[in-house]
Amino acid sequence: MASTIRVRAIANGDTTEVQALIQHPMDSGFVKDAQGQLIPAHFIQQLTFEHNGKGVFIADWGPAVAKDPYVKFAFKGAAKGDELKISWVDNKGASDSTRAKIQ
Amino acid sequence: MRGRFVPALFLALISAALAAGVIVQAATAGETPNPAADAKAFRDFYVKKFPNVKLEDFVNGPYSLNEDMRRQWQEKEEFPPYEFALESGKEMFATPFKNGKTYADCFENGGIGVRQNFPYFDVKQGEVVTLELALNRCRAANGEAPLSYVKDDMASLTAYMAYTSRGKPFDIRIPDDPRALAAYENGKRYFYTRRGQLNFSCASCHVQSPGERLRAEILAPALGILNAMPIYRSEWAGMGTISRRFITCNSQTRAVPEEAQSENYRDLEYFLSYVSNGLPISGPGARP
Amino acid sequence: MSFSIEQFSATRRLVLQGAGTVVLMSLGNLVAPPALAAANDNYPEEAFKQKADKDAIQALYGRTAEASDKVKLDAPEIAENGAVVPIAVTTTLENVTSISFLVSGNPNALAASYAIPSGTLPSVSNRLKMQQTSNVIAIVEAGGKLYSATKEVKVTVGGCGG
Repeated sequence: MASTIRVRAIANGDTTEVQALIQHPMDSGFVKDAQGQLIPAHFIQQLTFEHNGKGVFIADWGPAVAKDPYVKFAFKGAAKGDELKISWVDNKGASDSTRAKIQ
Repeated sequence: MRGRFVPALFLALISAALAAGVIVQAATAGETPNPAADAKAFRDFYVKKFPNVKLEDFVNGPYSLNEDMRRQWQEKEEFPPYEFALESGKEMFATPFKNGKTYADCFENGGIGVRQNFPYFDVKQGEVVTLELALNRCRAANGEAPLSYVKDDMASLTAYMAYTSRGKPFDIRIPDDPRALAAYENGKRYFYTRRGQLNFSCASCHVQSPGERLRAEILAPALGILNAMPIYRSEWAGMGTISRRFITCNSQTRAVPEEAQSENYRDLEYFLSYVSNGLPISGPGARP
Repeated sequence: MSFSIEQFSATRRLVLQGAGTVVLMSLGNLVAPPALAAANDNYPEEAFKQKADKDAIQALYGRTAEASDKVKLDAPEIAENGAVVPIAVTTTLENVTSISFLVSGNPNALAASYAIPSGTLPSVSNRLKMQQTSNVIAIVEAGGKLYSATKEVKVTVGGCGG
């Protein structure tokens, strides 16, 4: 199955800008379906970005993060060709991870 | 600004309708249809109404008319919500049917960079053929079940095909055939005809009030309104095709929606695409 | 492999290099052991459960924030759609260790909280859900203190929808 994580990591000198878009319903648990039943909460709780085994950005998310969540940040100390590892865990215990090369 | 938009707009629309500010096409009852003159008049109307908007920017709908909305849209376009549908569409397009053939076999140039030629008038069948219709006919010809016209796989496929045509100007032809002209005229008639409980025509919002608010939304101009299709709408939290938007817009204006790909809808798409000739395909797009 | 020495406030978890699952909370210098937090380790459950923004901030950081013009919050005047509101924050403050976003009018105010390890820029863009017109609050933890910026974002029902 294809990864749910799409990443763009671009190095500009010593600074690498990272954007990620993740396919996930991020259901809040407050919304009802067409039959009037509450759709249970189902959202990513932690999203982690690692470079050389070190965490460079860690997100703690609640259900108020939008569906198919997006995040952008930047960090120093990486170079083009380096690898970034991205992983997430949701409130149901599901997870996914991927590796991306810095462009 | 806070307030009650709906009654104010309602009154505005009624008085505007009475004042007949609508652009009247070159052809009225009894005259010879002149689509080329229509298209020019259509374009001139919007260019005059919004002198600060570049012609090709009209394809961005409400975002060409409101700065606050535009910034939110640009942020989302950095990594757009239709990304997943686009990828899925690309994969689907390349996947062979059970009989080994592919979508590429049904289209000129293998289906790449052709979206701007749809819809076209099929002189053999005597009807308007949209991209969605062509895709389902391709499937049928190859023993596959049809896709729903409004979302999911159809939206993903058309998203991919639109993407391969990004930047190419709409190039809709009306062949020298009275039936083609009749289809165009039918689409135009549909566009300007009032219907439903609210008695709105497409023109009521998209010709008379583009750039104005309908509650929290900014109305898009009709010029270029299909160029960004299919779209990821925040309202749908998903993708939708031209069919989906025609149907939901009819429902929302309290008119009875037609079946997806009905003759009226295809003719409407024909008219709207033709008068946007020259404007670039920008799909797939994102909208509120 | 080089170690990095981090200094975080007591209430924020640490993420260190290496392999493993240990997560430490302490003041002072640390030598790096392991790794990445195990699944949901130190996820600030209590903070996410709070309704009011002040309570969420207290649960997350154990103190209150002071408004600062060095925190630049970028949010729209009127959200195009409450389901997806692009919101970003950046700051000129130094030694930033954490950035969080709250939406006062949501059922639970805390939306997202980000750990900013040394070497990461104090700047985050994300997309949040807003249930209604309300304040969006960005919190920046820098040098052990909390700073905030607030902006009201209007959210209404779309006119062409339901």
